[in-house]
Amino acid sequence: MLGKNQTFVNQTPLNQTSVFVKRKRTFTLVFLGTLALFLIAAAATNYDVIGGFESIPKAIGWLAKNFVPNAKAWSRLPDILTKLAETALVSVAVTVCAALGAFFFSLLSARTTKVNRWIGRGVRIIAAFLRNVPDIVWAILLMFSFGQNILTGFFALFFATLGMLTRTFIETIDEVSVACVEALQATGATYLQTVFQGVIPSSLPEIVSWVLYMIETNIRSSTLIGVLTATGVGAMFDLYYKRMDYSAASLVVISIVVLVIAIEIISNQIRKVIM
Amino acid sequence: MDMFLPPIRGTTPTVNKMADKMVNKTRRPAPMPILEFQNVSKIYNNTTTALTDVSFSVDEGEFVSIIGPSGSGKSTILRCVNRLVDATRGEIIFDGHDINRANKKELRQVRKKTGMIFQHYNLVDRLSVIENVLHGRLGHKHTLTGVVGYYTEKEKENAFQILAKLGLTEQAYKRCDELSGGQKQRVGIARSLMQEPRLILCDEPIASLDPSASKVIMDHLSVINKNMNLTCIFNLHQVDVALRYSKRIIGITLGKIVYDGPPDQLGKEKIHEIYQSSEGELITDVG
Repeated sequence: MLGKNQTFVNQTPLNQTSVFVKRKRTFTLVFLGTLALFLIAAAATNYDVIGGFESIPKAIGWLAKNFVPNAKAWSRLPDILTKLAETALVSVAVTVCAALGAFFFSLLSARTTKVNRWIGRGVRIIAAFLRNVPDIVWAILLMFSFGQNILTGFFALFFATLGMLTRTFIETIDEVSVACVEALQATGATYLQTVFQGVIPSSLPEIVSWVLYMIETNIRSSTLIGVLTATGVGAMFDLYYKRMDYSAASLVVISIVVLVIAIEIISNQIRKVIM
Repeated sequence: MDMFLPPIRGTTPTVNKMADKMVNKTRRPAPMPILEFQNVSKIYNNTTTALTDVSFSVDEGEFVSIIGPSGSGKSTILRCVNRLVDATRGEIIFDGHDINRANKKELRQVRKKTGMIFQHYNLVDRLSVIENVLHGRLGHKHTLTGVVGYYTEKEKENAFQILAKLGLTEQAYKRCDELSGGQKQRVGIARSLMQEPRLILCDEPIASLDPSASKVIMDHLSVINKNMNLTCIFNLHQVDVALRYSKRIIGITLGKIVYDGPPDQLGKEKIHEIYQSSEGELITDVG
């Protein structure tokens, strides 16, 4: 026993120094490597470091001159707000529809509630596929079949959201309701009774919280998709920007930011109440 | 289904009578086996053997404790009774029916006649106490009435009576996550009583409770066993508790029964054999 302790004590300082030396060496190597990469890249692209920094104040000046909404831009505000409302409502509709589908899928796939192993596995694979294709890519793909249409944006967001929510709902159900599902099954409750009396009440707050989060995310994504599909507030921004009507374009950006912040504040309040 | 529900002691007890029985002593009928294990084995995933040739029978009204080290198969025995776990081999006869051969509908009948109490209470924490107690009626209901949570006035009255007997009247409308551990376990007991069970399975009911809450729970279950003549099968880690409360102890080691008899014949050596330990290695050896 004593012998063991002694070797342990003797080895500790040696080990510690070697660990620190190793860490220092790693940091130095990473730093030098990054510096070398930067220099090579700058040489290859003829990047002028000093000139780049000098142009920053100029850029800010240009932004301040062109991107501050002027009177003409403000007169477009009603139009912008109508489109903004359209975009926001589409995002809410998409998220709610996807949440309903995702809940159904997650029941089929969650460990606690699955009906069949193979169905469960299939759902997981489909959800992973839907989730890992970015919504912009969905929009580009769907444009071939639906054209520049609000439905394209709807489905692009729907698929991405469905994949994301299915996964989070599966995790939520497995995390929150294992115990009560077991207890309800033991009382002789049927599958649907277990779902409605056990799974839904115990996982609802988490689920609502995820849905609120996806609504926030989808409002942001839908403006981008709108640029592609020529719908909603994204199309508005695209139009003003290409007309070089920068002050109106910036008003669009500002109104999107205000909306996103407002939605975030509201959903945080809702979360506080339900959790 | 009717064939599966033989009349219990002449008349089926009504919902209200059930609660009264918790105080009024009823006449004891001659004991008959309510549960029989015949050479039951359980192997998980074709690799881990949990039970090997376990045979025992429990008479109506008995208070049996199963003791044994962690992983010896105690929980598996209880879970085989209501088929939360399916036995690999052997027959389990509950109330005259082989439950391993029960179809889905018959399994529901078995489950509604066996209450279960869990170590971690397994309540729906975000629902109120009374809602959790009423969950005990789900097995007796049509799927849809259960889904929407519709309960008759009689069921609700009965739920409140059971809560009163367990001293939870003031907590009836509280959310379960506001309760203490001991209170949660009493809600668990109330839920299983709502089933009007013929058998209560208690899986480590006091393992997460402090000594005073443990006593309250064990006393309640002991009273229920005596006054309602309700069969109780326990899994317990606390040997002293098992010895004090039960009239029969089943000791199990590595999936095999090594002791089956009254507590007063269970000597220190036998306890050490059950836990596969030597003198001085168990907490019961202290003091």
